[in-house]
Amino acid sequence: MNELKKWFELPVGAVIDEPGNAIKYKTGSWRTFKPVLDKSKCNDCLICWIYCPDNSIIVQDGKLIGFDYEHCKGCGICAEVCPDKSKAITMVLEHQ
Amino acid sequence: MKVMALTGNEAVAEAMRQINPDVVAAYPITPQTELMHRFTEFVADGLVDTEMVLVESEHSALSATVGASAAGARAMTATSSQGLALMWEILYIAAGLRLPIVMPVVNRALSAPINIHGDHSDTMGARDSGWIQIFSENAQEAYDNTIIAVRIAEHPDILLPVMVTMDGFIISHTMERVEVLDDDVVKNFIGEYNPKYKLLDVKNPVTMGPLDLQDYYFEHKRAQAEAMENAYKLIKEIDEEYYKISGRRYSYVEPYEIDDADIILISLGSTAGTIKDVVDELRLKGLKVGGLKIRVYRPFPRDEIKEFLSNASVVGVMDRAIAFGSPCGPVCLDVKASLQGTSLSNLPIVNYIYGLGGRDITPKDIIKIFNELEKVRISGEVPNLPRYVGVRGEENYIEQKAKLKIKN
Ligand code: SF4
Ligand code: SF4
Repeated sequence: MNELKKWFELPVGAVIDEPGNAIKYKTGSWRTFKPVLDKSKCNDCLICWIYCPDNSIIVQDGKLIGFDYEHCKGCGICAEVCPDKSKAITMVLEHQ
Repeated sequence: MKVMALTGNEAVAEAMRQINPDVVAAYPITPQTELMHRFTEFVADGLVDTEMVLVESEHSALSATVGASAAGARAMTATSSQGLALMWEILYIAAGLRLPIVMPVVNRALSAPINIHGDHSDTMGARDSGWIQIFSENAQEAYDNTIIAVRIAEHPDILLPVMVTMDGFIISHTMERVEVLDDDVVKNFIGEYNPKYKLLDVKNPVTMGPLDLQDYYFEHKRAQAEAMENAYKLIKEIDEEYYKISGRRYSYVEPYEIDDADIILISLGSTAGTIKDVVDELRLKGLKVGGLKIRVYRPFPRDEIKEFLSNASVVGVMDRAIAFGSPCGPVCLDVKASLQGTSLSNLPIVNYIYGLGGRDITPKDIIKIFNELEKVRISGEVPNLPRYVGVRGEENYIEQKAKLKIKN
C-alpha cells in the first residue's frame, strides 16, 4: 500500500470514492498456501480464471501464464476447480 | 405561524410533514405508534412526497433508512424502547457511515418486565452509539428540535445521525399549545439536501461501508469523534438561526433561576418543567434553588455544565435510567466527569434515580429532593450511591443501613 493517510485526510464515513482502487490494496500477505502451476499439465481451459475471486490468475493471449501473488489470498479455489484430468495447480505451504 | 393543539407525537409528525423527507421507513411501537400513524395519514392524503416504507421490524426500519440515506435521500424513521434496542446494530452503522438521519425517539422503559411507559433507559443505552441526542421538555420543543435536527445532521462538518427524544406518554400523548411555523419558513430553513456522496449517482460511483482493517479503521473512528466535537461547536449557530425564524432560543442547556442558586437540580426532558414549578414555589419561601436542564445530551455540554455550576454549593442530578453496575446514573456520571480536575472537583453531587417505567415524579418528590440537598449543603455529608426516588421500601432500606452504620 502507498503512503497511509492521516485521519483528517480521509473521505467522510470511510467512503471509497475512487473506483477500482482495490488494486492498490496488496492482499498477498494474507496467504497461508500459495498456488503453484505445473504448466506441462495445463491445457488453458481457463476455468481457474473464471472462478478466482481475486482476479489473480494472469492470462495473456488466451493462455494462463501465472498468478498475481500480490493479490492472491491463497484460497485454493483455482486448484479445486482445475479439472481432474489436468490438476495443474498445487497449493503449497507459503513459508517452507 | 399558527397555534395548534397537538400532542407531542402529533407535533413531531407535523414537523415531519414540513420537512417532507424523501423516504421514511418505520415499524409501529407504543408510544411512537401515534406519531407514525399521523405521518402515514399525511402520506395517504398526498400532503408529502415521501416514499413510505412499511417494514417488518425496527432492525429493517433503520436498515431501510440507512439504505435510503446512503442512496442520497433525506431519510427519517422513529421508534421507542424495544424498537430502539432492536436497531442497535444499525445505530452504529448509521453513525459510522456518517448518514444524517433524523430519528424521533419516544422514550419508554426497556423490558423485562414489560412496560410501555416513559423513562430514559432506551436512549441512555444508545448514548455512546455516535448519534447526537437532543432531549425535549414539551411538545413545542419536540417540534422545534426535530426541525433543528435536520440542519445539525446535514451540516457538512457534522454529518451525524440525530435522535430527538420526548418522554413517552408524558409528552407524546399530552395535548399542548404548539406554535407551528409556516411550511415555507421550515422549507427555507432546512434547505435542499445535497449529499457529497450518493450511491445512486452512477456517474460518480462510490463504495460505502467497505472492509476497514487495522490500517484504517481507527483513523475513521477518530474522524467520527471529531464530528461530535464539530457538532458541539456548531449546534449553537444553528440554534441561533432557528431563533431568527421562530423567536424561540435554544441552547445546549437551559438554566432556570440559577444566578444566585446554592442548590441546583439537573434534569432532562419533561421533569425539567416540573422542577421549574417547584423552583418558583421554593423561591417564594426564600430558598435559593435553581434548575439546569440538559437539552443536548450528546455531544455532552461539558463547558456549560462547568459554567452554570460554578457558584453552586450542592448539586442534584436526576437520572431516569439506571446504569447497572456503574457508580451512578449516566447523566450524573457525565456531570461528574466534566467537573473532575476543575476547581469544582469537590462540589457535592447527589444522584437521584427516578421515574422508571413511567412512575410519576411529583412536585412533592422534587421538594423532598431539594430539602435533602439543603441538608447535604449544611452537613457536608454526601451520599456516595444514587438515591432511588419514589420507590417503595427505599426509606426503610436507608433507615436499616443507618442503624447498621453503613455509609452509602
Ligand atoms: S488461490 Fe484463490 S486467490 Fe489465489 S489464484 Fe487461486 S483462486 Fe485466485
Ligand atoms: S483450470 Fe487448470 S487446466 Fe484450466 S487453465 Fe487453470 S490451471 Fe490450466
